[in-house]
Amino acid sequence: MFLKLVPRAEHSRKMAYLSPLLAGVLTLITGGIFFYLQGHDPLFALKTMLYTPISDTYGLAELCVKTAPILLCAIGLAIVFKAQVWNIGAEGQLLIGGLTASALAVNIIEVEAAWALPAVMLAGIAGGALWALLAAWLKTHFNANEILTTIMFNYIALNLLIFSVHGPLKDPDGYNFPESAMFGDASLLPILVEDTRVHAGILFALLAVVIIWVLLARSFIGFQIKVLGLDASAARLAGFKDKKLVWIAMLISGGLAGLAGAGEVAGPLGQLVPQISPGYGYAAIIVAFLGRLHPVGILFASLLMALIYMGGEMAQIELNMPLAITGLFQGMLLFYLLACDVLIGYKIKFPWSGIDTVTSRVEQQ
Amino acid sequence: MNTPTASFQPDRPKRLIMQGITKQYPGCLANDSIDIDIGVGEIHALLGENGAGKSTLMKVIYGVVKPDSGDITWEGDKIRIKDPAHARKLGIGMVFQHFSLFETLTVTENIALALGDEAKDMKALAEKIRTVSARYGMALNPERYVHSLSVGERQRVEIVRCLVQDIRLLILDEPTSVLTPQEVDTLFVTLRRLAEEGCSILFISHKLNEVKALCHRATVLRAGRVSGACLPTEEDASSMARMMVGDETPISMDYEKVLGQDIFLQIRGLSRISEDPFGVDLKNINLDVHAGEIVGIAGVAGNGQEELLAALSGEDIIKNHDAIHFPCGPVGNLSPEKRRRKGLAFVPEERLGRGAVPDMSLKDNALLTGFLTGLIKNGMIDHESTESFAKKIIKKFKVKTPNSGTHAKSLSGGNLQKFIIGREIMQNPRLLIAAHPTWGVDIGAATAIHQALIELRDSGAAILIVSEDIDELFQISDRLCALCDGALSPIKPAPDTTVEEVGRWMAGIFDTEVFDVEAPEANAVSAQATAAAVQTH
Repeated sequence: MFLKLVPRAEHSRKMAYLSPLLAGVLTLITGGIFFYLQGHDPLFALKTMLYTPISDTYGLAELCVKTAPILLCAIGLAIVFKAQVWNIGAEGQLLIGGLTASALAVNIIEVEAAWALPAVMLAGIAGGALWALLAAWLKTHFNANEILTTIMFNYIALNLLIFSVHGPLKDPDGYNFPESAMFGDASLLPILVEDTRVHAGILFALLAVVIIWVLLARSFIGFQIKVLGLDASAARLAGFKDKKLVWIAMLISGGLAGLAGAGEVAGPLGQLVPQISPGYGYAAIIVAFLGRLHPVGILFASLLMALIYMGGEMAQIELNMPLAITGLFQGMLLFYLLACDVLIGYKIKFPWSGIDTVTSRVEQQ
Repeated sequence: MNTPTASFQPDRPKRLIMQGITKQYPGCLANDSIDIDIGVGEIHALLGENGAGKSTLMKVIYGVVKPDSGDITWEGDKIRIKDPAHARKLGIGMVFQHFSLFETLTVTENIALALGDEAKDMKALAEKIRTVSARYGMALNPERYVHSLSVGERQRVEIVRCLVQDIRLLILDEPTSVLTPQEVDTLFVTLRRLAEEGCSILFISHKLNEVKALCHRATVLRAGRVSGACLPTEEDASSMARMMVGDETPISMDYEKVLGQDIFLQIRGLSRISEDPFGVDLKNINLDVHAGEIVGIAGVAGNGQEELLAALSGEDIIKNHDAIHFPCGPVGNLSPEKRRRKGLAFVPEERLGRGAVPDMSLKDNALLTGFLTGLIKNGMIDHESTESFAKKIIKKFKVKTPNSGTHAKSLSGGNLQKFIIGREIMQNPRLLIAAHPTWGVDIGAATAIHQALIELRDSGAAILIVSEDIDELFQISDRLCALCDGALSPIKPAPDTTVEEVGRWMAGIFDTEVFDVEAPEANAVSAQATAAAVQTH
């Protein structure tokens, strides 16, 4: 009377696409039960969390604001994860990108020329990319595990950021608050829709989706990265330069995370503050897997993740729930996704399905 | 090889009777109601190609795999074999194709581990190992560490491990594939001795000559079913091969031997210390491969083949880059890609996981090494050309697959190997290096691969084949040599040498008179070096 997992002859493609949806549904159900146990009407609570935040134009604009950094980080992670390089450091790369972009922006507050904004963005990209390349260098030269190094670099990045806003980048006229000066107008990302905060960062993110899609599906570099990830010894035998590929993948991933950071400080924030990311870089890891490392999947998954962020805030306001609800939903989503992914390689054998397929197959032959 | 010592006695009491054994794996019916029985003191051959269900059947006997249905009768009692420990208790011993020994432990320690509580006193066990191995003509020093043993000696450890127990049925899975011809003869003496004493032996193989020389009876499997039973002494090899492969498949052919033209690959004084502590150092290897000839390198696995192939493919870069020459100059320091640009094509030993990416389509796998043939334009993949390249390979080499979008891992070994060899040949290489080109491939596919290699040779390419299969090497090579402990034997035209001589080379005895018109000095140096290597051994 037990359910049994039986290996499938071949991985199920259908299940690979169904698994994220199934994980989403299970997360909703569990979330509903959880709200019920807390004394809320589960349907109302879920609606408050997942519909109310985007029920008006402002809400949709906010969704774009939150989606931009998550999408940029996640789309970059798609590349490294395809190469089986486990960059857990998008968060740190985002922070450093925000830091380097700010370091430039506060020094060109007076500049009104058009180059100011591209320069700030490039400074962010460079900062994130260099931060990622440190880990790439440790991996290719010292064989240091990138999971460990990138996680540690996240903490270093956070503390560098905090040091900077308390020290060198602190606004001299800021009454000693740990914040930088407000950026000059020429350094800020333009607002796309009036009376909202939605800025050009979302366009960068969408452009990145297209570029990475082409890179992975059409380019030879993308092909080499995929081969390296699937089968490193085949890549070596074919003469692909594995170290170079690791560097390229980390460069792209770090650069995009850095751009996300620059987009935050030059977008909704307009200055450098200690909290430029509520864990976007970590959420992007979940998003990348939820989106099956495919650019389009990642686009949808990052919208969902942005919604969960907003829903967490809404639950805090409307239902008096703690903000930890965001982390709870993120965690459930990842947990269910990993569980459902088992079904890609296995199928469930129910106790009542009899002497399984042996007899039927024998008859077939 | 001599004929079996004991003649067939049909009235021999049965030790093991298996009836209607069926085992279903996902997508594959490995055993389909198989009947087999083995008498007391009988050497019974289980014949069949890879994938015929031999391994599954013996795993059923050894309790590793539980059959979905079927009865097992052991010495008259109907039983269910629960697990390998139960099988050992019954007196069933098994020697796997891949040994399960701890390299850093001694022979005695390894055997004690397998025996568990029965091992008791180590000193007594060592003494027992000594007497048992001596009794069956398998010299073995119980104090030696396994990593210092040759492959043949390791196999002895596995066999002795079965013999120190009360053994009634010994299962050997392809035991001769790791042995030199001389070692095979020694093993057969041991097995005949065992059988005379009443032990039953199940001998799994696809080498028909060996089965003919050793076994009393044979059961042939094809595609999970018993396709025939016979007395090997009364059959000839081709009639047994027919039972293995069915009527449609061509079995084998003789190919004309040729002399090559200009030297394409020149290896001079190639030495390399292995980075792997259990790897093999290459010792002053000298070898020429001419355009338009096939050179075969025989040898038991683990004698430097991997190291030599890695040095030739470019996966390992050689410090002394002069050691490997193409006509365009030294290539020892070039990357695999650059060597490919200079005319190299390479078929690695592992077809899944090096030769092809398991989770990629055949189309992508065609691109894997075919990217130099104009499939990339401005850094972008030309999907149409890639697709048509893959389709051409599939068509020309008769790869059985639904389409070019099929994942490499879902192809059978033979089909995938045809695809990989086709991919390399279609790039018109000037030098093809192939490791174990037909290992684990069914006879039909092997014949197709051999024909493709001969065709490539006749079109003027230089070909170097590394294989463990001596029969194959004699069939397709124009010149032959062997690798032992990282040193290369003298090289001789295939018609001028014999299986026995190559067997001696494989064992490191390079006593052959050296004659090679092209490079007498180099070969003399090689012979000296290898002689020295043998002495230190």
